[in-house]
Amino acid sequence: MNLLPHGPEWEFELLERYDQAISQTAAEFGLDTYPNQIEIINSEQMLDAYASAGLPLGYPHWSYGKAFIRHEQAYRKGYQGLAYEIVINSSPCIAYLMEENSLMMQALVIAHASYGHNSFFKGNYLFKQFTQADAILDYLVFARRYVMECEQRYGMAEVEELLDSSHALMEYGVDRYKRPQPHSAKEREARRNEIQEHERRQFNDLWRTLPQPAPASATAAAAAVFPEEPEENILYFVEKHSPRLAPWQRELVRIVRKLSQYFYPQTQTKVMNEGWATFWHYTLINRLYEKELVDDAFMLEFLHIHTNVVSQRGFDQEGYHGINPYALGFAMMQDIRRICENPTEEDTAWFPELASTDWHKSMDFAMRNFKDESFIAQYLSPRLIRELRLFVVADHVGQAELEVDSIHDEHGYKRVRRMMADQYKRENLLPDIQVARYERDGDRSLTLRSPVFRGRPLAEEQANEVLRHLGRLWGFPVRLEAVDPEGRIDGYREWRP
Amino acid sequence: MNYLIDRRLNGRNKSAVNRERFMRRYKEHIRRSVKGMIAERSITDMAKGGDVKVPAKDISEPGFRYGLGGDWESVHPGNKEFVRGDKIPRPEGGGGSGGGSEGGAGESVDDFVFTLSRDEFLNIFFEDLELPNLMRTAIAEAEDKKLVRAGYVKDGTPANLSVGRTMKTALARRIALGGPLRDELEQIREALEAAARASQPQARIAALESQILDLEGRLARLPFLDDVDLRYRHRVAVPRPAARAVMFCLMDVSASMDERKKDLAKRFFTLLYLFLTRKYERVELVFIRHTDEAQEVDEDTFFYDTQSGGTVVYSALELMQQVCEARYPKSEWNIYGAQASDGDAFGADPAKSARFLRERLLRLTRYFAYIECPDENQSGNSSLWVEYEEVGSSDLNFAMRKVLQPQEIYPVFRDLFRKEKV
Repeated sequence: MNLLPHGPEWEFELLERYDQAISQTAAEFGLDTYPNQIEIINSEQMLDAYASAGLPLGYPHWSYGKAFIRHEQAYRKGYQGLAYEIVINSSPCIAYLMEENSLMMQALVIAHASYGHNSFFKGNYLFKQFTQADAILDYLVFARRYVMECEQRYGMAEVEELLDSSHALMEYGVDRYKRPQPHSAKEREARRNEIQEHERRQFNDLWRTLPQPAPASATAAAAAVFPEEPEENILYFVEKHSPRLAPWQRELVRIVRKLSQYFYPQTQTKVMNEGWATFWHYTLINRLYEKELVDDAFMLEFLHIHTNVVSQRGFDQEGYHGINPYALGFAMMQDIRRICENPTEEDTAWFPELASTDWHKSMDFAMRNFKDESFIAQYLSPRLIRELRLFVVADHVGQAELEVDSIHDEHGYKRVRRMMADQYKRENLLPDIQVARYERDGDRSLTLRSPVFRGRPLAEEQANEVLRHLGRLWGFPVRLEAVDPEGRIDGYREWRP
Repeated sequence: MNYLIDRRLNGRNKSAVNRERFMRRYKEHIRRSVKGMIAERSITDMAKGGDVKVPAKDISEPGFRYGLGGDWESVHPGNKEFVRGDKIPRPEGGGGSGGGSEGGAGESVDDFVFTLSRDEFLNIFFEDLELPNLMRTAIAEAEDKKLVRAGYVKDGTPANLSVGRTMKTALARRIALGGPLRDELEQIREALEAAARASQPQARIAALESQILDLEGRLARLPFLDDVDLRYRHRVAVPRPAARAVMFCLMDVSASMDERKKDLAKRFFTLLYLFLTRKYERVELVFIRHTDEAQEVDEDTFFYDTQSGGTVVYSALELMQQVCEARYPKSEWNIYGAQASDGDAFGADPAKSARFLRERLLRLTRYFAYIECPDENQSGNSSLWVEYEEVGSSDLNFAMRKVLQPQEIYPVFRDLFRKEKV
């Protein structure tokens, strides 16, 4: 094969050739992707994209302006570089590439985003269940237009207030286990018709004459707790049941909720997603090199960037900001491949189902069926724990000092792995708060319940602030109860209109 | 199918609308900052952007978070020496989750600082003054430009083609390119003559002759006019040279002029200054302060140095006239006067001042504006006001106004601006 041209400057024609080469190589590995749409943007457009959380268009809101100003300021003053690329979970999968990138960078970024992330978006179960890649762009257009129409009709201040309040609860606008309605409206319609048709055929007037059981007394029904089961999606509950909101306001709440839902898989798969994409840009570019499509100079430049991306600083080094998801993800993906290809005895003991299998199949399985928490719990190997020299620090109430809980030794592997996985658990970052009661027939108050988790309190001021926002959406008293492990109410706060 | 799209030419300022929302929301903070800037800045460099600070607390977006406290574990890489059971002292200030970068309410508490552009600054400045919109653009817009010849360039429109210059370049090019050919031609001609004289063989002569023909052909093929010869007249935009103006700021600095009054006065002077800088290419400022005697001072002293003493307005007017005579002759300068005072004047001073103003100063100046910043609870007119009122009724280039709030300043200039517009 011919060497692909290499140099600092890229041209569209060259990008196309690189993309073709990478696409062919990806096909050899059997990567399943959405079609790609690669777009070149400049730094200002990148800043715009940052401000709207990477989405190509969003509804107008001051908080995006704030994000924009913050990034712009940091970028202009040189505190912060810009990402090489942003990729959007949509079909076609849109990847934004910065025009400043060199030709090698563009190739790396295409491999990373358009083949790595893209196949992850298409394959991972969370993305499959929670997002509709082919509908998101249309939905964004709708959301933007709807918000702007509301602004015209009901006033900017009204809309802003409502969005502010919804944003405060955005993280609690996610269904973690319920699946989005899989049937389209048309299918539902058809099904309803079918049922009616069935009833019509089975109709027999005789049934009417059967004695009916006495209806449960009205008071008993009223006394029952509503909702029957606690509801974790607070925004959904507000949208459906708020006694105060007008229909257009409910629609706005819904828009915020939908966006939150759209981002939910990304927050849960940071390590996997980046690890997968990094693994593939590394593997694909190396394959290009093996095929002698790129030369040594290209590879050196590539390795330089790649090592920067996956570098993990130690806890005592300057610039340590916790675990680098690129580093951890990449190391784990490489490790899985290693275990499949050359397992040691230890690996065989720890991962009997993985050792000496087809690496591609095993990795594909891992990519499809896990999120960060379960992925780490499943695949973090003792060898990698040793390599990264991971250790657990415990910080417990009532103890004067921190304690080293476990390290990378025989005793510690399982515990380190468990703790590492927990670190990516949602409960570890966001307190568990659910809707417990709605006094439909009483004072219409809404009660949230938050089980106290390992003695961790809520951040006072913020919690009150959010409660105020919720109160604004609800229009009647809202309460937040903290419940201790024995089920007793431990703390209580309330907001009244 | 993969697509490759160049988006660089698409709209850039997608976030402009969000930025504007942000500004609207934090208007109060911005206004406060602008007020600070007005106080800090000198009149001459008022018209530029500046930094606005919004406290982190006011700008945060709340959400349910864990606070400090409770049990935490965190995993870190790079262990060198720790074994199980080691104790580590808690880091300074870490009440709750010590080693953890996770957990805890880890919001940064830095204040949010951002930069106002010049236009945004002026907009807010004008807003306080309640300047009519038309006026705002008239003042804030870039100054008038005039196109001035500035040599020749290689690109341009046919209308700007300079034929003479193009011909000169073409000639130079033809000489330069033809030079070596002509030299060679000359040599060969000489060789031919020599050959003819020495009666060398026919073939040799024929060869030389064909060479000559060839060279002559090449010379003839040098284009008479080529693309590279074209020269166009170049024009650049330079600010329109307008007449010079001098602006006199007169202020009473006796003890009764407090911060508020001085702030009003400063805005008043600034507005006139901004107006003048749009109209004149060069505007000089002269600051004259007075108590019972007048002094010419620099801007800092003018606004911030306190002095106590009585009030004699006449002294300031007299000094203004002296300065004009000494440095700013009426024939060369457009003279503007702006006076701010709380109107306290005693005895014969008001009458004397008013007469001096009418008979001497107004003849010199194009426009003279007076604002009076009375105490908030003062009733009735000050003695200076009464006397000046008479001047105002007879003279067109004099304006006066009582000002308690910034938005009352603009009307002082209304006549001036209206006149200039016509």
